[in-house]
Amino acid sequence: MSEIKATRRGVLKSGIVLGAGVAMPTVLTRPAAAAYMNEPTGSSVTLGFNVPQTGPYADEGADELRAYKLAVEHLNGGGDGGMMNTFSSKALKGNGILGKKVEYVTGDTQTKSDAARASAKSMIEKDGVVMVTGGSSSGVAIAVQGLCQEAGIIFMAGLTHSNDTTGKDKKANGFRHFFNGYMSGAALAPVLEKMYGSDRRAYHLTADYTWGWTQQESIAKATEGKGWTTVNNVLTPLATTDFSSYVAPVLNSDADVLVLNHYGGNMINSLTSAVQFGLRDKMVNNKNFEIVVPLYSRLMARGAGENVKGIFGSTNWHWSLPDAGSKAFVKSFGEAYGFPPSQAAHTVYCQTLLYADACERAGTFNPCGVAEALEGFKFDGLGNGETEYRAEDHQCFKDVLVVKGKENPTSEFDVLEVVEVTPRAQVEYAVDHPMFAGGDLGTCNPGA
Amino acid sequence: MFTLAKNDKLLLVIVAFFTLLAPIILNPFPTESAMAQFNAGYPDLMQRFVIFGIFAVGFNILFGLTGYLSFGHAAFLGVGSYAAVWMFKLLSYNIVPAMILSVVIAGIFALIMGFICLRRSGIYFSILTLAFAQMSFAIAYSVLSNPSFNLTNGETGLQVYNDDPQYLKGDGPSTTHLFGLEMRETFTLDIGAWAFQFNVGYYICAIFLLVAFYIAIRIFRSPFGLMLKAIKTNQTRLNYTGLNSKPYTLFAFVISGMYAGLAGGLLASMDPLAGAERMQWTASGEVVLMTILGGAGTLVGPILGAGFIKYFENIFSKINDSVLHSWFSLLPDGLENAIVWVLHFFVGKGWHLTLGLLFMLVVIFLPGGLVDGGTRIYNWVRKPRNPEPAEEGAQASTDQ
Repeated sequence: MSEIKATRRGVLKSGIVLGAGVAMPTVLTRPAAAAYMNEPTGSSVTLGFNVPQTGPYADEGADELRAYKLAVEHLNGGGDGGMMNTFSSKALKGNGILGKKVEYVTGDTQTKSDAARASAKSMIEKDGVVMVTGGSSSGVAIAVQGLCQEAGIIFMAGLTHSNDTTGKDKKANGFRHFFNGYMSGAALAPVLEKMYGSDRRAYHLTADYTWGWTQQESIAKATEGKGWTTVNNVLTPLATTDFSSYVAPVLNSDADVLVLNHYGGNMINSLTSAVQFGLRDKMVNNKNFEIVVPLYSRLMARGAGENVKGIFGSTNWHWSLPDAGSKAFVKSFGEAYGFPPSQAAHTVYCQTLLYADACERAGTFNPCGVAEALEGFKFDGLGNGETEYRAEDHQCFKDVLVVKGKENPTSEFDVLEVVEVTPRAQVEYAVDHPMFAGGDLGTCNPGA
Repeated sequence: MFTLAKNDKLLLVIVAFFTLLAPIILNPFPTESAMAQFNAGYPDLMQRFVIFGIFAVGFNILFGLTGYLSFGHAAFLGVGSYAAVWMFKLLSYNIVPAMILSVVIAGIFALIMGFICLRRSGIYFSILTLAFAQMSFAIAYSVLSNPSFNLTNGETGLQVYNDDPQYLKGDGPSTTHLFGLEMRETFTLDIGAWAFQFNVGYYICAIFLLVAFYIAIRIFRSPFGLMLKAIKTNQTRLNYTGLNSKPYTLFAFVISGMYAGLAGGLLASMDPLAGAERMQWTASGEVVLMTILGGAGTLVGPILGAGFIKYFENIFSKINDSVLHSWFSLLPDGLENAIVWVLHFFVGKGWHLTLGLLFMLVVIFLPGGLVDGGTRIYNWVRKPRNPEPAEEGAQASTDQ
C-alpha cells in the first residue's frame, strides 16, 4: 500500500483546484441573480412584436403593428386609454406595467417559421424582451410558441386560428385570445344549413398547413353533421398567388358549394379567381352555386371588393359591434389612424392588455406567475362579451360572430355585417376533443 | 499532414482570431446606447454567421473551383436539418448523432442529385439543380406532411414534442446539448457599459467552421483542387487530354452537399426546428448571393458574404419608424419626418431593397466581391511605395 502524504501545500493546492472545479458550472451559467429569463431591472420593460411585414399576411401584420403601438401608448398612460377603461379588471393604472414604462421592438416574420424564430430569438437574446406576441399564421405562431416555451418567456398568440395552437401544439408559456377552426365550424354550420339547406355537396380548397388542415377538418365535420357531403379537398401551398388552376376543376365536379379555407392574400386571390370563373352565377343540382369563407376579416373583404357580397363566414370581432369596449377601441384606433381596426388588430390589442393586466395582478413578470394569473381568468369589456382563459389549454372561450359580405356597403370599411352572435356554449368543446387531443401543455418555464 | 503554406496559415489564424473573438468584436457599442441597435454580438445571429459561413464555404468548393453554378444547394441544408431533428425526436437531444446523420444523409442525397444533374453543364446544370431543389421543397412542404404520414410537418416545421420517443434521452437535458453541455448556455461578461455574450452553441459552430475552413484550404491547395480549377478553366480541353472529369465534379458536388448538410444539422442543433422553406429556391439563391458578394473562388469571401447578408436580414429588418424618429429627434420636425420618410423604404421591411442596391454596387464596381475590395484597398495603400509586387499581390489574392 502506498502512503498518501497530506502536506499543507498539497491540501491547499488540491483545495483550490477542487473549489475552482465546483465553481466552474456556476461561472458558466447565467448570473444567479435573475429569477427568470430577461428579468427587467431598469425603469422600463420591453415587449417583442413579431408580425409578418412581408408575405401573404402582410396586411394583417401591418394592422397588428398599429394596434400594438396603440396598446403601448395606452399602457403608458397616453391617448384616451381605449379599452383599458371598459376592461373589467382594473389593475392597470396607465403607468406602464408594474410601474415600468413599456417599450417595444418589432420584427418581420416573413410568414415563415424559420425567419419568425430567428426574429423572436434576436428579441429574446439581444433586446431582452419578457414577452413575444404576434404571428399572422398558425405555422409561425406554433413555431414561435415552441421557441418561447424553450427560452422561458411568455408567448401571447396573435392571429392564429388553427386548432393545433391550443390543441396538439399547446404550450404552458403560450396563450391564445383568438378563436379557432372548431369554433368557426360550430358557429357557421347551423347558419349554412338554414341558408343553403341540408343536402349540399361541398368542395374545399385549403391552405396547405396546420391552420388549413384543422379548419378544413372542422368545417367538414360540422357541415357533414348537418347532412352535407364533402366532395373533395384540394390543398394549395401558402405561397400560391394564382388559383385559377385550382378553381377550374371545381367547375367540372358536381359540387354546389365551394369552401375557401384561405386567409389574407390567399383568400383575396382565390375568391377573385372563383368569381371570375363565374362560379357564383352557376346552377348545380338545381341549386345556386355558393361560396363560403369560414374565416373572414375586414381587410380581406376589402381586398376582395365586390366579390364578397353575400358570402358567409365567421370572425372573432368586428368593428361595428355596439358594446362599450368595441366602441372605445374603434374610437381610439380611428382617431390614431383614420380607419377602423380589423379583427387582427383587436385580438393583439387585447392580448397586450391581458398580458399587462396579468403582470399587474401577479405582481411580477415571471412567466410562471403571469401564466397562473391568466389561467382561468374571466374578464369582460374587451369587445367579445364575457370571456374566459381556460386553464387546461390556454384558449379563450367567448361568443363567435357569423358574418356576411354586405350587399350595399356604405363605405370602404363597411363591408361585413354581423348575421348572428353564436353563444359561447355552442362553440365550446372538451379539452380532450379528438381534434385537439395529443398535446401536452407541459409545465411553465421561467427560463432560469 | 497539417502543413499549410505560410499565407494559408496566416489566413486560418486570422479567421480563427475573428471567429473566436466575435462576441467582443461584434458588440462595439455599449448596451444602453442608441447605437446598440447595430450590435450583432448576440448568440443567435453569431451562430447564423458561422453556420451560413460553412454553407457558403462548401458551396464555393463547387462553384468557386469547378464553375458549376448549383441553384439547389438549399435542398441539402433542409435535408440536413430534417435528419438532425429526427435524431432529436428518436434518440436524444445530443447533437453528435444528429450531426453525423445530417452530413451522411446530405451526402447520399447529393450523390443521387449530382449523378443526375452533372450530366449537363452550364445553364442546364443550374436549371436541373433548381428543379431538383424545388421538387424536394414541394415534397417536404406537402407530400410528406399530410396528417396521416407526417415526416416533415410542412409549413409549421418539424419540431420535438414532449411525447416523442427519445429512446436514449433518460435524464438528459431537454434541450440540445453536447454530452450535457447545453447549446443555449450563455456566459455574459459585463465590462463597464458593455455586455459580451459567450454562448456554448456559438463556439461549437465556430469550431465546426474552423475545421470546415481548414478542409476547404486543403482542398483548394490539393491536386484534386487543381483538377477542379482545370475543369472550370476549360473542361472540353481537359476531356481531350483523355481525362474523365465527371468523377471529379461529382466528388466536389458531394463534398459541398455535405458541407450544406453540416450547416443544416448545426442550424437544427442550435434551434431544434426544421422548416420546409429552408429548401426553397430563395434559400438556394441566398447562398449564391453570399458567395458572389464575398468573392467566388476565394477562401474567405463566402464567409464575409454570409455575414454581410445575415447582418442585413437581422439588423436592418428590425429598424422601424419609431427607431428612426428617435435617431433624428434633434432635427426640426419637418426635416425629421422627411428623412424618416426616405429612410423608411430602406430599413424594416425594406431591408431587401438596401441589400439589393449594395449587391448591385458590389457586382458592378467590385467584380471580385468584398475580397476584391479588400485587395484593392491593400494595393492602393502599398502602391506608392512599391508598384511591382502590388501586381503580384492582386494575382495571388484571387485564389485566397
